[in-house]
Amino acid sequence: MCGIVGLHLRNPALAPRLGELLTGMLCEMQDRGADSAGIAVYGDPRWSPAGHVTVSFVPDASCVELTTGLAAEVVAGALTTAYGADVAVVDAGPTLVAHVPGGDAELDRLRTAVKEAFPEALVAGFGADVAVLKGVGHPRDLAEAYGLPAAQGWQGVGHTRMATESAVTPGGCHPYAVGPDQCLVHNGSFSNHASIRRELIAAGAEFDSMNDTEVGARFVADRLAAGYTVETALKELLTTFDGFYTLLVADGDSFAVVRDAIACKPAVIAEHDDWVAMASEYRALVGLPGIAEARIYEPEPERIYAWTR
Amino acid sequence: MDALSATTVELDLAAVPLRTVNALLQGREVEGQETLPVDTPVTLTNPRGAHAVAVGMDTPRQVTVAGHVGYYAAGMNQRADVVIEGNAGVGVAENMMSGSVLVKGNASQSAGATAHGGLLVVEGDAAARCGISMKGVDIVVGGSIGHMSAFMAQAGRLVVRGDAGEALGDSIYEARIYVRGSVASLGADCVAKEMRPEHLEELATLLKAAGFEDDDPASYTRYGSARTLYHFHVDNAAAY
Repeated sequence: MCGIVGLHLRNPALAPRLGELLTGMLCEMQDRGADSAGIAVYGDPRWSPAGHVTVSFVPDASCVELTTGLAAEVVAGALTTAYGADVAVVDAGPTLVAHVPGGDAELDRLRTAVKEAFPEALVAGFGADVAVLKGVGHPRDLAEAYGLPAAQGWQGVGHTRMATESAVTPGGCHPYAVGPDQCLVHNGSFSNHASIRRELIAAGAEFDSMNDTEVGARFVADRLAAGYTVETALKELLTTFDGFYTLLVADGDSFAVVRDAIACKPAVIAEHDDWVAMASEYRALVGLPGIAEARIYEPEPERIYAWTR
Repeated sequence: MDALSATTVELDLAAVPLRTVNALLQGREVEGQETLPVDTPVTLTNPRGAHAVAVGMDTPRQVTVAGHVGYYAAGMNQRADVVIEGNAGVGVAENMMSGSVLVKGNASQSAGATAHGGLLVVEGDAAARCGISMKGVDIVVGGSIGHMSAFMAQAGRLVVRGDAGEALGDSIYEARIYVRGSVASLGADCVAKEMRPEHLEELATLLKAAGFEDDDPASYTRYGSARTLYHFHVDNAAAY
């Protein structure tokens, strides 16, 4: 089934509560799938300090424990050597979050350094704003291991997985964050992902898993890199992908929801003056402040709902 | 919430397990709980989007749910009258046999699916597949309905005061559909039909039962089965 949650804050005063609210939403959706659970948090000062670029990674992509078993200082030392300057590393359970001051050039260098120091690593996400944490296990245990309740920021996306299309590994865990500051979570299945994967590989894309959702994420990233907006990229996804899907796609500016034409995978949107939230089911939204005053509705099939910061 | 009358029993879903609440509503005995007399209205507070609230009742009981519910609320209902003072998730009143279910807000997909009897009223909108495989239920929707509504409907009436989405009444059998607004498209074998006096009368009765008696039945269009798909015919192969 899988469960999706997302929270886009409009009122900066709520930023200190992002992690707490997201934890409540994620754990409420654990009944929809408890194989693994991942989150993307935008703007946490510990994981993604202002003026820094961040790479989130699982050092050993085959690891299914709640911790990497590595000390953050040791990892920071290895990355500092590979990077050639100081790298800070925050331990977030099964995922580590490395950051350095700088911009796009430093981000590319840091990704390269991670791959050099940890050749078996899975890069979960990267960018100036986002930390993407992935792991295999029960959503409640993972939220705790990530330190999610203490997270801050302006936007967050989460996913609880019931695996149907690929193995239960960190590589099969959502969100898929394959472009800078992008992330995508999916409830459903793509039926023509194999052919689209082949086309993307022919165009130069590299994949981390055999997961169908990763194809969707790489497709969106490919279009965004070509200059599309999130909205136009999703429009093309709608005409390209067969299958059942509710998708939540976010980047450094936006937060968007789209469903396929059949729309059998659930989705509920709640809009409030202070926030916009989306979840697979209403019960994930119950704990949000002011939910009683929010406008609650289901997104229509093949319509793109997008909000920008 | 408003003060409840002295004769109303309140059950708090934040304090009493849903399984216990449903057992009490079904008239079963639960250790440590007083059984609920049939003639006492019951209000359920704090539903918080829970699934399967007030399912499987089989007595003429009045139940009010104070808030939003999740999947399959009031499913398999017989004889009870349920009011949901909020939105309902997937499959509200699924397989209802008799009684009534009133949703004050919006309903998600598959409202009234496979229901054999009773009255389902959704004051707001209902999403996709409203009345899918309906088998005798009456459904009145105050707003609009989503795509593939009344798919494979076999019996009963579906009234829509707003608009209908794509493929309305796809592969419909004998159910009757009344829509006041626009219909995005009709599904296979579903056609617009004449509103004869008996249909105007039937629709007026349904609208009144649902609390929309001010509507003019003549402003609705009737849809139903063209009956070309009842038996396989090779000329219809493309329509299956």
